[in-house]
Amino acid sequence: MDYLTIIQILDSSVRLATPLLLTCLAGLFSERAGVVDIGLEGKLLAAAFLSSAAAAVTGSIWIGLLAGIAGSLAFSMIHGLASITFKGDQLISGVALNFLAAGLTVVVGQSWFQLGGRTPSLNGAERFSPWTLPFSEALAKIPVIGPAYDELISGHTALTYLALLSVPLSWWVLYRSRFGLRLRAVGENPSAVDTAGISVVRLRYAALVIAGVLCGLAGTYLASLAAGFVKDMSAGRGYIALAALIFAKWRPWYALWATLLFGLLEAIGNRYQSIALGDIVIPVQFMQALPYILTVIILAGFVGKAIPPRASGQSYVKER
Amino acid sequence: MSVQNEAGRQETVAPTASAPAIELRGISKAFGPVQANKDIAISVAKGSIHGIIGENGAGKSTLMSILYGFYKADSGQILINGKEVHITDSQAAIAAGIGMVFQHFKLVENFTVLENVILGAEDGGLLKPSLAKARKLLEQLSDEYELSVDPDALIEDLSVGHQQRVEILKALYRQADILILDEPTGVLTPAEADHLFRILEGLKEQGKTIILITHKLREIMEITDTVSVMRRGEMTATVKTAETSPEELAELMVGRKVLLRVDKKPATPGKPVVQIENLRVVDEQKVERVKGVSFEVREGEILGIAGVAGNGQTELLEVLGGYMSGTGKILINGQEIDLSGKHSNGQTRRARGISHVPEDRHDEGLILEFQAWENMVFGYHHAPEYQKNALLMDNAGIKAMTQKSMDKFDVRPPNPKLEAKSFSGGNQQKIVLAREIERNPDLLLVGQPTRGVDIGAIEFIHQQIVALRDQGKAILLVSVELDEILSLSDRIIVMFDGQIMGERRPAETNEGELGLLMAGITDEKTEEAGAQK
Repeated sequence: MDYLTIIQILDSSVRLATPLLLTCLAGLFSERAGVVDIGLEGKLLAAAFLSSAAAAVTGSIWIGLLAGIAGSLAFSMIHGLASITFKGDQLISGVALNFLAAGLTVVVGQSWFQLGGRTPSLNGAERFSPWTLPFSEALAKIPVIGPAYDELISGHTALTYLALLSVPLSWWVLYRSRFGLRLRAVGENPSAVDTAGISVVRLRYAALVIAGVLCGLAGTYLASLAAGFVKDMSAGRGYIALAALIFAKWRPWYALWATLLFGLLEAIGNRYQSIALGDIVIPVQFMQALPYILTVIILAGFVGKAIPPRASGQSYVKER
Repeated sequence: MSVQNEAGRQETVAPTASAPAIELRGISKAFGPVQANKDIAISVAKGSIHGIIGENGAGKSTLMSILYGFYKADSGQILINGKEVHITDSQAAIAAGIGMVFQHFKLVENFTVLENVILGAEDGGLLKPSLAKARKLLEQLSDEYELSVDPDALIEDLSVGHQQRVEILKALYRQADILILDEPTGVLTPAEADHLFRILEGLKEQGKTIILITHKLREIMEITDTVSVMRRGEMTATVKTAETSPEELAELMVGRKVLLRVDKKPATPGKPVVQIENLRVVDEQKVERVKGVSFEVREGEILGIAGVAGNGQTELLEVLGGYMSGTGKILINGQEIDLSGKHSNGQTRRARGISHVPEDRHDEGLILEFQAWENMVFGYHHAPEYQKNALLMDNAGIKAMTQKSMDKFDVRPPNPKLEAKSFSGGNQQKIVLAREIERNPDLLLVGQPTRGVDIGAIEFIHQQIVALRDQGKAILLVSVELDEILSLSDRIIVMFDGQIMGERRPAETNEGELGLLMAGITDEKTEEAGAQK
C-alpha cells in the first residue's frame, strides 16, 4: 500500500464521515437537551428526498438544501410535538418518524417522478461541486505534503468544510455560552432549569431545531453525493451516528474522531472488496459490514462506559 | 398562646418599612374535590424566622408551590413588603425576592458549584463574565455567613450538607430576601443541621426573612421566632415560639393529644437470637461497606443502630435480610446461616424466623401498583395457608386475613382492595409492619420505621414494635432519627464508616454524645472530652 493510496482512503473517509458527523452532532444537541433522537435516520431520509427532488425540479442544489432542511425541521418538530409538548415516549415517536420517512419518500417520489421511487439523477449545478482550495495545483507537486493538501484537504464540497467547522462551533456553544449551559442542564436535571425560572419546553425545542437543521444538511449531502435519491439511501447512517454519539460520550470533538473512524471503515470496505489472507478470502460482504459490526460492538458496551445525559429519554413533568 | 387569626382580614396595609416581608391573605387551592389549601393567612415579619409545621398532606408543600409559582392559587392575595404581587411562574417568584431550597435539591450533578449558581441568572450570552462575578460573590458570601463551598467542585462530589449550601447560595446570588426551606434537615447529620441553623441565624441578622417548613418539633422550638401550624389544608394557629411547647404544637398538628415519649417497661433480655461475628460486606462497586462488625441481639430487647445514612446500616440490614452477600458469621438461634450462595436469600431467611421491614417501603416494602391484600402476602405467598389447591391461591382467604390485619393495625381506610399507592405514608408502613409482625418472627429487622410517617402513626408504630419486644422477640432497629433511636431502643450501637463506634444505654447517653460518635469521633476521644468537663 503506497502513500497515495493511504491519502485516497483518508480522503474518502472524510467524504463518507461528513453526513455521519452532521447527524451525530444533531443527535448530540437533542440528547444533551434530554430528547433521545432515534428518528435521525428518518430525518436524513426525508432531507435527502426533498433536497434531491427540489434540486431536480429547480436545477439548484442550494434550493434543494433549503428544501432538505425544511423537511428535516418538519420531522424534528413532529418529534418535539409528540415527545415534549404531549410528553409521549421519545423512542416510539422517533421510530414512527423513521417508518414514516421510509414509506412516504418512496410513495411521494413515485407519484411525482414515476421513476419507481427514485428522483431524477442530479447533474451539474444540481449537485455540490468540490471546492479547490488555493494553490492546490501548485502544491500538488511537492512530495508528501503536496498530495495530502491536494487530495485530502482540498477538493471537498462546502458541506464537508461546514461539518468540520461545526465541531469547534458546537463545542463553543455547549461549553462557553449561556445557551449551552442551559441546554446541558436541561438534559441532566430539567427541574433545576425549571426552578431557575427557565422554560424547559422552549430549550428542548431549540435543541430540536438545531438537530433538524444539521440533519437537513446531512441528508442533502447524501443526495448530492449519490447524485439523486434512491429508496432507503440513508442505509442506517442515522443509527450509526447514534452509535458514534455513544462512542463519543456526547462530546463534539470525540464525535469528530468517532465519525471519522466509521468513515474510515466504510472507505476501507469500499476500496478492498475482498482481501486474501493466504488461503482464506474475506468476502466483500464482511468488508462492507465493518461499520455496522463496529456499531454493534459499541452498543453492546464493549468500548468503555458511556454515561448518557441523566434526563435523556424522559419527558419533563413538573412535580409538586 | 396568642392566635392571630384575624391577621389576614385587615384591609389595605400601606407599604411602609414595617410592613411584613411576606403576607398571605385567604389563599385557597383545590385539586378536584381535595381542598389542599383553605383560606390560608399568614404574615411574616421582616428579619424573622417563621416555622410552618404540619403532618404530611397538611398542605405545606402546596402552599410553598403557590409561593414559588408552580401552582396558581384559586383565590387569595400574596403581598411582599406590603405590595401585592402576582406570582405566575418561578421567574416571577425570583423577581419578587423569593428563594426556595427544596427538599430534593434542584442541582445539576455534573456541573460545578459556580455553574449551578449562575444557571438561569447569567448576565449576557457568554459564561465567562458571569462565572467571574459569581466567583467573587461566593467568596464574599462564604466569609460573611458560614457558607464556604469550593466553587469549582462538582456537585456529585459534595456532601449533602454542602449541596444544600449551594442551594442557599443560589438563592442569595439571585438576591433573595425571603428564603423558604422545605424540610432542610431531613438529609443532614446533627452537626450539619446545627451548622445550617447557624447560617440561618446569620442570614436573619442581615435582615433576611426565613420560612422553615418541617415536621420536626425540635427544630421549630430551637430556631423559629413564630410558628404556624397546618392541618388538613387549614392554618390552625400561628403562635410565638417562646410561648408554646412541643406538646401543644403536636396537639395542634394532629388534632388530639399525642404521646411524644414512648411508654415502655424496662427490657428483660433472654438468650441471644442473633449473633454476628466479624461481618464484612462488599458492595457491587467493590467498596467495603461493613468492615468487621460483631454484636448480638437478645430475646425481648430492641437494639438500635444509630448513624448517618450511608455508613453501612443499609448493607447490614440487607445481609441479614438475605438480599446481599457478606463474609463472617451470623448465628440465628445458635445455628449458622449462609451469607452467600443460593441458600442466602429472603426466602430462606424468612424460614429461619427473620422478618424485615425494609428502609425504603416504596422500592422494597411494597409494590405500589398492587392492592393491599396482594401486598399483605408478598414474600410469604408460598405459605401453605394461602393456597387453595396445587394451582390456585386462596384469594378470598387472603383478603379476609388482610381485613383482619388492617383492623388490628389501624390501617386507614381499611379496604384490602385499594392499591398500595393510595394509602398515606403512615398507612403504607402499617401494611408492611402488619405483614412482617403477623408472621410472628423471632427477629424483626426494622429500617427507618417512621420515615415520612405522620406523628399520629409514629406513635402507633412505636407501640407495635414495643409490644413485639414484650412478647420476647428480638428487634434490630436502624434509624437516622436520633429521637427515635433514643426513645425506642434498649441498647444503642453507633455505626460510622462500616464500623461500630461504640455501644451506649439510652438512659446513660444523649444526642450530643451520639452525634459525636456518628461523626466518627471515637470512644477514647469522647471520653477524654468528658473527663475534661
